Parts: sequence; structure tokens; C-alpha cells
Amino acid sequence: MLALDPILEGPLLWTPLFIIIGKVLFIFVVGLVATMFMVWYERKVVSGMQNRIGPNKAGPFGMLQTLADGIKSFFKEDLLPTRADRIVFRLAPFLAFVPAFLLWAVIPLGGDFSNGNDGTVTWFGHVTRVQLADPPVGILWVLAMSSIGVYGIMLAGWSSGSKYPLLGSVRASAQMISYEAALGLSLAAVLLSSGTLSTAGIVAGQNSLVDWNVISTGIVPFVIFLIAVTAELNRPPFDLVEAEQELVGGFNTEYSGIRFALFFLSEFMNVVTMSAIMVTLFLGGPQPLFDIPVIPGALEGTIWFLVKLFAFLYLFVWLRATLPRLRYDQLMDLGWKVLIPISLGWFLLLAALREFSPDGDAAESLRVVVISFVVAVIATGLFAAALKVSARNRAAANQPADNTGVTV
Amino acid sequence: MSVYLREYLTVVWFGVAALAIGGLLLGLAALVRPSKPSYDKGIAYESGVDPVGIGWSQSQIRYYVFALLFVIFDVEAVFLFPWAANVERYGTFGLVVMLVFIVLLLDGLVYAWKRGLLRWV
Amino acid sequence: MNALILATDNVNVAQNVAFGIIAAVMIFAALSVVTTKNVVHAALWLVMVLAGVAAQYVLAAAEFVAVSQVLVYIGAVMVLFLFGIMLTRAQIGKETGLNNKGWALGIPVALVLFGLLAWVIVDAFGDDVLPDRGPAPTVMLSDQFLSIYLLPFIAISFVLLAAAIGAIVLARKD
Repeated sequence: MLALDPILEGPLLWTPLFIIIGKVLFIFVVGLVATMFMVWYERKVVSGMQNRIGPNKAGPFGMLQTLADGIKSFFKEDLLPTRADRIVFRLAPFLAFVPAFLLWAVIPLGGDFSNGNDGTVTWFGHVTRVQLADPPVGILWVLAMSSIGVYGIMLAGWSSGSKYPLLGSVRASAQMISYEAALGLSLAAVLLSSGTLSTAGIVAGQNSLVDWNVISTGIVPFVIFLIAVTAELNRPPFDLVEAEQELVGGFNTEYSGIRFALFFLSEFMNVVTMSAIMVTLFLGGPQPLFDIPVIPGALEGTIWFLVKLFAFLYLFVWLRATLPRLRYDQLMDLGWKVLIPISLGWFLLLAALREFSPDGDAAESLRVVVISFVVAVIATGLFAAALKVSARNRAAANQPADNTGVTV
Repeated sequence: MSVYLREYLTVVWFGVAALAIGGLLLGLAALVRPSKPSYDKGIAYESGVDPVGIGWSQSQIRYYVFALLFVIFDVEAVFLFPWAANVERYGTFGLVVMLVFIVLLLDGLVYAWKRGLLRWV
Repeated sequence: MNALILATDNVNVAQNVAFGIIAAVMIFAALSVVTTKNVVHAALWLVMVLAGVAAQYVLAAAEFVAVSQVLVYIGAVMVLFLFGIMLTRAQIGKETGLNNKGWALGIPVALVLFGLLAWVIVDAFGDDVLPDRGPAPTVMLSDQFLSIYLLPFIAISFVLLAAAIGAIVLARKD
């Protein structure tokens, strides 16, 4: 089995292998601990905001509450509804759980950026990065994995053989794909300023506060990305998926015991991962704001990364405690009529501004303006004409129907 | 084998490990949890009352329209990314081509908007 | 395994083994698409085939195409399929009457198509060996579709617009 991996063939190079295993373990530990922490943190902060005490029995400050809940779910009976599709019902939790983990593979979790270093660290004589893999299309990997996450929810609802989970899952997947479009388009603005699709490259490009993408892309893509991510995660105020009053409990109503726990885990893990992705894309990932004395450079990156991560986790909890839930029509309106047009428009604006870069000549800039204007005018004109013609045709086609007194 | 493929192989092993963890949790739970199935436990949960009708309902056409618009914007995004990462390389020409591309696809959204399909209800 | 590497010299064994495994999985999944008795299961098997295609792209050092495949086909087109299925028939359990009367005619068509594609690919690439290099940079792609493939690129946007308008006309309320 292990011989399938050529790293184990021939003269064994144990050190890189151990480094990889170490990274994998590190990611699993960080991922699971951060998720368990997030569950506790959310309950504690929300209860604080609502003037309650929150979990306080298990462990110090109730920190072990999540662990207790997790252990409880092991001992719960696993119910399989009679009408359920047995195979898909069992498959769905994995389709939610595995992509949530795979997202971690491309996130830079640390690195030595102090004194203008490029983020690589040296472990046992090997120069490496503190991330599992750095494919040149890393950031698209993130989009791809989050689009696979839709399947877990959709299939969980469908395979339950029950109306409310089905309704919840169809709603959820429509919501997720709607906001994924805005997500992708606001991502394009980041690529514009970083010029690479690799996550390590994006982080490396943000080596001072003014270079952080949140500033260099002009905040708007960041805000759109944040809103789209909140909707993508089905977090309040976009948690229509589990609107208790309307849908019983959403797509996972029929799940119980450890299968439910897997959904729960992946949901909260996605919150942590998406926060990590926002840190990577917009806030410079492990890039430091200032050098912390004493602490070695390699550790410093991880500390900065975690600090920024917590800021986002707090933001998500804060949003949940503050904002009321949107109606479904408001949700769709926000996604399609506000976020997508704005993110596309802002992207084009940024692209045009880049063409106006200081070293470009005035004639070139003028050409861009004129051609863009002409294209836009022609397109709008043609489209308006087409709409007018089709409206006229429709009116003409409806004329006989009106005579019979039937309105179509 | 190149460094490039080795990196993906690492990711594959990582995915397998994630699968294994999920399977391990399920397997562990299967060992310790009780199992006393009954007819009542197997019926769909509808807030305590007996389920009405079959457990399936036809979904609405508007979901389909949104999914189709999403396909369009996804394709658009995929073509935007390589250009966005190398804007300077293509200069004005690239900007104009992309403008035409984006405007054409935006027309689809505008048309849906105009025909009232983006209005829920 | 080392002996095998020595025996085949410069052919990249691991890559070929991986290709074989993925291809076998893809063929099995493709057959399951047409034989399964449940429409949603068929869609899921199709997802499996498309994921296999993405994996083959990765093996062929075209990772941008691979990720796009996942993004567009698995993430968008198949979700569209599933919505379409939910719109019509997606009940749990086996269904009857899924087979078209002329299903047998599909076999020769599929064979001819397979032969044609196989011939084209063998004719174009023959015994070419995949260069043992890193992935093709993304800039190569944008170079292509912003120069010699400019016309197909613009044509794609027209096709997509036409598809959108078609669906909107079908789904309109007035």
C-alpha cells in the first residue's frame, strides 16, 4: 500500500517524509482543536453578549463542553429513516467533512516573514513552507473544495426521505451557489493585485500594511467576500437553511448521533477555514504587523496568523449575536442584484486603473476610456433594442388572447 | 516523478487520512452505541406529528434558473482568473476583450432581472 | 517496483499506474451512470466520472484545467443537473421506465464516437511521452485564449448567453 507513494521507493529520504507527516498531524490538530474551540467560543461569546453565563461546568470556563458533547454523540443511537436512501444517507456526512479538511492543505499556517524574509522555514536542514501543499492554483482549490461542500448538504436533504430536510437542502444549495458566484468575482480583484493564484504567492505579496489586499483592492472586494462567505457558511444572518421556525432543523433533521456530529464538525470547521482563507487573501496571512521581540521568526508567523484568525472568528460570532435573519427573497436580491454587479464593476474599475499605471502614457489611457465607453454603450443599446422588440412581440402575441377575455 | 505530482499525492493522502478519521469516528461509535430500532424511530420527523404524504416534494423552477446563472458566472470567473493574474501582459487589448466577454454575460443577468426572474415569490 | 522502473526506463511508471487506476474507476462509474435505477445515483456516478477527468488533468500537468473542471462541471453543471432532477423526478428508491425504447441504438453511436476520439488522439499525439516537468503555468492558458483562440472564446460567451436566455424564456412567469 505504502509503496504506491514513490517517496517511499529507492533510497528512503526519511526527513521530508517526517516533515510531511508532521505537517499533516499539525493540520489535523490545528483543525480539530480550532473547531472545538470555535464551538465553545461561539457559545461563550454569544452568552456574554446576551448577558448569560453560557457553558461553565465542563473544565475551566466550560472549555471542555464541546468535548463532552462530542463524546455524548458517540453513545447516541444512529437512526436511519425507513424511507431514506441508505447509501447516499451514509455518504453525505463524508462529502461535507472531507472537503472541509482538504481546504486546510493550501492555507499558509505560518512562516518566517520577519525582516522581509519570504516565509520559508528550515526544518532539519530542509527548506519548506508551513503549508501542506503549494499548488500554483491554490486559491482555486479553495473554491473547488467549497463547491464540493454543496453536495454534502444537498444529498443529506434529498436522501433523508423527508420533506423539510429536502426543502432545507434545496434552499441551502441555491443560497450557496448564488453567493459562490460573488465569492469568485471578488476573488478576481485579489488576483489583480497579487498577480498569482498560489496562496503562498498571495501572502508573499502582502509584505506591508499598505500592501495588504484589503487596502490595495480598496476594501470593497473584502466586504463582498466577507458577506459572501457568511452566506456560503450558512451563518447568521444568512442561516435560512436551519430556520427552526420554518424548516424544523434544516437539511440534517433526520441525522442523529455521530453522523450529525460530523455535519456539525464540518460546519464549524468551515467557519474556521473560511476565516483562515480571508486572513490569507486580504490580511496578509502570517505576515507580521511588527516584529515581536524574543519569539523566533518561524513561530512569529503562526502567532500573527492565529491573532488574525481569532479576529474573524469573533466577527462571525458578533454578526450572529447582532443581526436578525434575512428573508429568502432579500437574500437572493442581495446576492444577485447587489453583490455580483458591484463586484464585477469594482473588478473592472481596478483592472482599468491598472492600465492607467503611472508609467503608461496618456494616449493609451484615453484609448482605454474611449473603447470601454463605446463597448458599454453599444452593448447596452443592442440589449435595450432586443428587450424592446421582444416586449413588442409579446404584446402582439397576447393581443388575440385579450379578445377572449383571458389574460395570460 | 516530478515535485509537482508528489505535492498532489500528498494532498491525496491527506484526503485519505481525513476519510479515515471520519470512518474511525463512525466505527468507534458503531461499537459503543445502542441499537434498538423500532417502527416509530424510522418515520420522518415532522415536529412530532405523523408525516403527511410521501417524503418528496417537487422543487420549483426558479432554483433551476439560479443554478443556470451560476454556471454562467462560474465559467466567467474561470476565464477571468488567468487574465486577472496577468493584466499588464495583455494591456488595452486584453481589457477590451474581457470587457466584451463580461458585458455579454452580464446581459444574461440583466435579462433575467428584466423579466422578473430574480424576484423571489 | 524498482525493477519495474529500471525495465521501462524513461516511461513514468507511477504516472501510468495512476492513469490506469483512475481510468478503470471512470469506466466503472460511467457504466453505472447508465445502468443504475435511480436518477440521482446516476448523477452522482457522473460526478465521479468528472472527478476522474479532473484527476487525469492533474496527471497530465494541467492543474488549472483540472481545478476548472471541478469548479465548473462538479460545482456548477452537476448542481444544475441535480436541480433539474429535483424539478422532475427524484424520488428515493428504484424507478422503472427510465430506459428509452431506442436505447440499443446508443451503443453503435457510442462506439463510433469512441473510435473517432481515440483515432484523433492517437493521430495527434501518437507515442509522445509526457514531459517530466512542472505544471503548465496559467499564463500559457490566457496567452492562448487571448490570441489564437480569441474567436472561440467570444463565441463561448454567446453560447452561454443563448443558454441563459433560453432557460429564462422557459422559466418565465408572464
